[in-house]
Amino acid sequence: MSTLEESSPSLVRGLLALTARELKKWLKDPVMLVMFILQPLIWMGFLGKSININALFSQHNISVPDLIPIPGSYLVPPLQGIVYVNGTLLQQFFSNVGSEVMRSTFGVADYFSYMAIGMISMIIVMTSTFSGVSIVWDRRLGFLDKVLSTPVPRTAIIFSKILNAILRAMFQSTVILMLAYILGLQLSPSFTLINILGVYAAISLVSIGLSSIFLAFSIRSTRMERPMQFISLITMPLMFASNTFFPINLMPGWLQIVVRANPLTYLTDAIRQLTIMQPNPLALAVDFIYLTAFAAILATVGIILSWKYLTE
Amino acid sequence: MVDEVIRADGLTKVFNKSLVAVDHISFSVKRGEIFGFLGPNGAGKTTTIKMLTTVLRPTEGRAFVMGYDIVKQASSVRKVIGVVPQEYTADEDLTGYENIMLCAALYGIPRDVARKRALELFDLVELTRFKDKRVETYSGGMRRRLELACGLINRPKIFFLDEPTLGLDVQTRVAIWDYIRRLKDEYDITIFMTTHYMEEADALCDRIAIIDYGKIVALDSPSNLKNTLGGDIITLAIKENIDVTEIIRSVENVKDVKYDGRVYRIKAESGEITAPLIIEALRRKGYTVTKLFLSKPTLDEVYLEYTGRSMRDTEESMESFIRHRITMRRARAR
Repeated sequence: MSTLEESSPSLVRGLLALTARELKKWLKDPVMLVMFILQPLIWMGFLGKSININALFSQHNISVPDLIPIPGSYLVPPLQGIVYVNGTLLQQFFSNVGSEVMRSTFGVADYFSYMAIGMISMIIVMTSTFSGVSIVWDRRLGFLDKVLSTPVPRTAIIFSKILNAILRAMFQSTVILMLAYILGLQLSPSFTLINILGVYAAISLVSIGLSSIFLAFSIRSTRMERPMQFISLITMPLMFASNTFFPINLMPGWLQIVVRANPLTYLTDAIRQLTIMQPNPLALAVDFIYLTAFAAILATVGIILSWKYLTE
Repeated sequence: MVDEVIRADGLTKVFNKSLVAVDHISFSVKRGEIFGFLGPNGAGKTTTIKMLTTVLRPTEGRAFVMGYDIVKQASSVRKVIGVVPQEYTADEDLTGYENIMLCAALYGIPRDVARKRALELFDLVELTRFKDKRVETYSGGMRRRLELACGLINRPKIFFLDEPTLGLDVQTRVAIWDYIRRLKDEYDITIFMTTHYMEEADALCDRIAIIDYGKIVALDSPSNLKNTLGGDIITLAIKENIDVTEIIRSVENVKDVKYDGRVYRIKAESGEITAPLIIEALRRKGYTVTKLFLSKPTLDEVYLEYTGRSMRDTEESMESFIRHRITMRRARAR
């Protein structure tokens, strides 16, 4: 008759066991793992390198004759007539202007670094959607019902999905960051390994928020179509209406409003500041406050909805 | 609560406010017996198990498992039951051992205790040799045995088995029955199971509830159920297209005749003696018997008797169809 006393279902034990299960499944499927990393890598490599905005201003792009005339009046007022400028100097001038434009637009001198960080945001969105997809699979395979018939706390089931999303997001963004570095990402001189902790914190906050809401949305459905539709509906706008690919201040006013509400904007900005830019403490603080609020609100809503459904 | 380990009072489940899956059923299960729910897919068997195992909340009615209310004391219920769902829920990517330890963790069983029990259970279901192999490589029968072992890791008092041999071939099915009996004896448990296989209910269950459209239409031991049919069944057809029910009824030992427009189903004592008498009686009136079939009562007939149709023609929802497909596929793995 010792059954009851012996077993004491605990949140932590259940959470760890369920999380370990998913991590093991994930790690035992190297193909999926590679595919998941390959996608942002392709985006980063092809899109990031093909949209070579730097080249717009580079010397090779502008073919100038050795000497080009410049109307005198554009130079010093007293000079009249036509002045000839050395073409090589002009190319240098354009190039310098280019770097300056890049720096003032993107905050960094090369577009690839800018874009690569955006890819980290993208992979975090995609990873978070997995919480929803996996709960639907658990239900379809009968695993969820079996877990529900055990005394494990229901919250352990929910938290394990969220914890999984965080761990995956961290792992994958680390890989992306390293690959980007190999491909030519320029870290700012102020970058230290401690900054990585900040990067992880920002990533965790977004993963918590997104995975909770994806989970709440999918937990009732028995078919894959519903989460899939929701995911494709939400992921693309999330990426495009943000600073993932392009800076905010050059967008039209109405779009800026959308972009400034998008948590990815703050995530991407925070990671950029911590890696490739000189951090601006105030802007960084704003990023983290927004991300914390986002995580807190979405996690609360998502967890309450999921919990209600699992216990009703 | 000594002898009554499960009691259901008017248990009801309505889905989407209109689909009545389980319709006010009441029954009780005695300690130590194997109690079976027999019925076609969609009759409400799985829904009943899900309510009793606290996965679904009943719309109406109450039920007690080991004296605990399934709604108000759900967490106590969960500790004393073991569940083997009809799906193969073990994770294909993990080993058998990893799977059983996962179950143990969900029950909060201390690691060293769990390890000891796991090895003992692997031994009982004869999977020790395969415990460190991925479940992916298991056959249908091995998977089912693993599920049985997982369901017993918390030493339950009541073991719920939902369609324990769904999709398995005949030999494997018989072997699984053996394991179920062995586990029951070893751990002194009560078993509540569902099945839509007549021979399974007949071979395993001490008592059977026949469930149809969410209602219990008969409840007794297999032999009593067969006896209620009152003898053998003679099925016959005649050449002429005329109702001869009255002629057959007048034959000695014939208890009941049903005519469905095509064949006559005749209940009679000592069918092997009565059948020639019926043929003779019909021949005297000028009718020709074209087909005759004599059967001793089986649960099939019991089922037909109580539900008015055979088990085959039933529809099921898309979701359960998908689940079935997955289960069948895994059962037939290798």
